[in-house]
Order: sequence, then structure tokens, then C-alpha cells
Amino acid sequence: MSRQSNRTTDNKKMNSELFTLTYGALVTQLCKDYENGEEVNKQLDKMGYNIGVRLIEDFLARSSVGRCHDFRETADVIAKVAFKMYLGITPSVTNWSPAGDEFSLILESNPLVDFVELPDNHNTLIYSNLLCGALRGALEMVQMAVDVRFAQDTLRGDNVTEIRMKFIKRIEENLPADFAQHIRIGS
Amino acid sequence: MTVYNLYIFDRNGICLHYSEWNRKKQAGISKEEEFKLMYGMLFSIRSFVSKMSPLDMKDGFVSFQTSRYKLHYYETPTGIKVVMNTDLGVPNCRDVLHQIYSTVYVECIVKNPLCELGGTLQSELFSSRLDSFIRALPFFSVRAA
Repeated sequence: MSRQSNRTTDNKKMNSELFTLTYGALVTQLCKDYENGEEVNKQLDKMGYNIGVRLIEDFLARSSVGRCHDFRETADVIAKVAFKMYLGITPSVTNWSPAGDEFSLILESNPLVDFVELPDNHNTLIYSNLLCGALRGALEMVQMAVDVRFAQDTLRGDNVTEIRMKFIKRIEENLPADFAQHIRIGS
Repeated sequence: MTVYNLYIFDRNGICLHYSEWNRKKQAGISKEEEFKLMYGMLFSIRSFVSKMSPLDMKDGFVSFQTSRYKLHYYETPTGIKVVMNTDLGVPNCRDVLHQIYSTVYVECIVKNPLCELGGTLQSELFSSRLDSFIRALPFFSVRAA
């Protein structure tokens, strides 16, 4: 019974404006702290990564998604389940590379940029770069090394916002050496 | 019916948490050794099960039992492993183990930025929530005998 009520408070929806404005304040502060846009992008990516490695656990606890067997399945889960759950949007998955190791997420609307206008002196800033870090961090925790970057951004004058994802490799799970020894002791 | 003990391992084989309730016989080796022995066995069983299975598996290794106890195993795609030993009367506990992960581990550890991931868990909130969760299970009953 108590578990049930926990679940409902868990899934409570929040107005995305609070999130959007907090994120805006964060980016503004980073722009003050670091002189060049590249460095801000790097910090956003790093913060996103740290968020992603924790967010994946929350995601797996809430959804009943199991292990993905190929990258196409991963793309579907990211677009249809994860983006929906955390940002309330469903990006479309397109531009598959022939090898199936690369695809794009097209965001029709990006809640992070709701009230944003980039001033001219920030042309290297990738405003929503936190998302890249979060995606990379989350996927790394499920044994996938993936390269994530913004290919297009409406904030910088493109027609759409496009996140490009490239599968690099599967991170193998290895038994540490001193464990192997313990298997022998145990047998 | 009863619950004997519970281990939580991370994907590198570190024992994040151990607690016991009705364990009457100790292993006779240090806890550290015991955790490694346990993890080594689980790791072997996992690869054994996946190699020997004649069909593609969905859940993989789920549990094993001996004449006196049953070991229940649950692993998340991120490699967190929850292992619970009970007596033989306890039915499949996949849901219970998933709940330990989602309502106790994720809520108290992952969502607490002060808890570092990847080391022994020191959160008291986590230990006490886990303890009351286990004690509230329908098949948890302390029997003296």
C-alpha cells in the first residue's frame, strides 16, 4: 500500500517552465564564469554526463525496459520513452547510416530553449549541450559507448534541431583478475 | 518461510550492500572473501547459463536452489545485481527484487547526490528502508527454530 503511494508521488508531473528557467540561469552563469563558448559547451557536457549516469537508474526503475539488442531498439526507446518521460516531447528518429550505427534525433520543439535568444557574441555556444552529455552518460551505463553531438540547432539559425548519435562500441564486462582466483578457491 | 540475507553488487563486482536477517551458519571466511566468492560464482553462472541455453533467453539466470535454501538473482541493464537468499518455500521474487532496486536503491542512493556510486553504501536511510521493506514482505517471518 505504502509502496503504491510512493509510485504516484514519484511520477508527478512538473511544469517545464521551472526547469527551462533554471537551465537558462545555469547557462547564463557558465557564460559569466568561462570566457569562451567552447569551454561552456564542455562544462555543460560534463554536467550532463553526471546527470545521465544517475538518470539511467531512475529510467530503468520506472519503465520496464530491458536490455536493448540493437541500436535501432535503443533509438526507439530514447525517442519514444525517455524523451517523453523527462522532457514531454517525442523526437523523430531519422537519417540512419547504411551500417545502422548512426542516426539523428529531430526535435520539433526543444523545451530547454523556450524563452531563449542567443546574443551575437555567443556564436560558438551550443545551448542545449547538457542533453548530449546526459545521453552519453546514460548509454555508457548500459555498456554502450556513443558519440552524441548537435548537428543543427534552431537557436543558431538552422531549420530544425538535430542531435546526431553515433555508436562507437560495446563496453565489455570483464571479471577483475582477483575474482578469477576466487572462483578457483571456491571450486 | 523466511529471508536469510541479501547482497547488492555493482557492475564491477563491488559489494555495495550486505545485510542478513536469519542466517544461522556463517561462511567461516572474511566477509570480503565471501563477497568475492559470491560474485565470482554469479559471474560464472551467468556466462554458463548464457552459453548452455539451447534457446535465446529473456531473463537469463533467475534463481537456483539447494536442499536447504534458494538464491534469487536480479540484474538491471546497468549491471546492478540484487541477490537474496531465502528458504525453499518462497516463490519467484523477481518483482520483489526489482522493487528493492526501484523503490529503495534508486530512491535513497541514486537520488542522493551525496552518495557516491560505486563504493560501499553508507546511507542509514537506505539501510533502514531496506530493512523495513524486507521485514514487511509476506514471506518474511522470524522463526526461532
